[in-house]
Amino acid sequence: MASLKELKGRIGSVKSTQKITKAKQMVAAAKLRRAQAAAEAARPYATQLEKIMGNLASKVTISESSPRLLAGTGKDDVHLLVVCTSDRGLCGGFNANIVKEARLKAQSLEAAGKTVKFYMVGRKGRPVINRFYAGQTVKNYDTSDVKNVGFPEAQEIAADLIAMMEDDKFDVAHLFYSKFKSALVQEPTCQQIIPVAIEMAEGEQPSDNIASVEYEPDEEEILAELLPRNVNTQVFGALLENAASEQGASMTAMDNATRNAGDLINNLTIQYNRSRQAAITTELVEIISGAEAL
Amino acid sequence: MANLHFELVTPEKLVRSDDVYMVVVPGTEGDFGVLAGHAPVMSTIRDGELSIFASDGAAPETITIQGGFAEVNEKGLTILAEAVS
Repeated sequence: MASLKELKGRIGSVKSTQKITKAKQMVAAAKLRRAQAAAEAARPYATQLEKIMGNLASKVTISESSPRLLAGTGKDDVHLLVVCTSDRGLCGGFNANIVKEARLKAQSLEAAGKTVKFYMVGRKGRPVINRFYAGQTVKNYDTSDVKNVGFPEAQEIAADLIAMMEDDKFDVAHLFYSKFKSALVQEPTCQQIIPVAIEMAEGEQPSDNIASVEYEPDEEEILAELLPRNVNTQVFGALLENAASEQGASMTAMDNATRNAGDLINNLTIQYNRSRQAAITTELVEIISGAEAL
Repeated sequence: MANLHFELVTPEKLVRSDDVYMVVVPGTEGDFGVLAGHAPVMSTIRDGELSIFASDGAAPETITIQGGFAEVNEKGLTILAEAVS
């Protein structure tokens, strides 16, 4: 059995670990509220943009001359996976889940004979992807020196993607991030961003009510301007969802860690008291038997 | 006459959602004013000032916006701006 001093030391160290995890949990809870508000505030823009996109895309027929962001390159060989992770750990399975989702997709694509490339956003996903798909990372976008990832970063990433698209570096791009459901639940999500996947809202017949809409300058030009903006918005949305999810995951993980540390301390304290009592009993037995011998 | 429902949205947040009398939008092909019951229009916007008239003849409130879209439909006017200052 461990000596008294050793036990005391161990209790002390677990206690200070608990303090750290508790502090991290509270920080995450505070940050979560802000990140969640930001994610929610961004939704009206995204929904409006989507609505307009849907309306427009249904009016424009896809042809050779239509923008590549809408029509694609006409091929389906090279897939780019944009994987958004966080820059910091201590958030449970958050990063691992996103990377796992991306790897599953990559495996199924490679099994189908496609070429897979990676575009990494954030620091934590890099080592895993590098290990399994060495040399297939096109770019690492660094967000570690930005405190709150915002629209300017999303714009930069989107501009990068569009430039690569123009250079024929890839045909299809997928975006991986973690969707924020609640502080307890985050869902790793895969979303196709290039070419644009347009989903019509069910039961809506846009062709009737927008037949009379006037376009300034005209449909094609508006669409050409709208498409890059749509990529921006999707990347921005993903970054915000990710930020909220990270804090949520971090909060849950740290809550668990704090509770575990508490259990550990209780067990160690019991063990400590038992060995203390045992030591006292032995000492007493020695004194009494010494006295009796006299 | 019923008021015009007007929404100004940026990627970060919903900036304004109000019922107003008239809004003058800096479109790429020229400014245009939108009153309630305006015909459906969709237009790109140049960087410029958005003038909001809360009521007929009132002094306009101006908001500087950068890039984006204006959409007028039966529900009102929606402006998607890249940035607002």
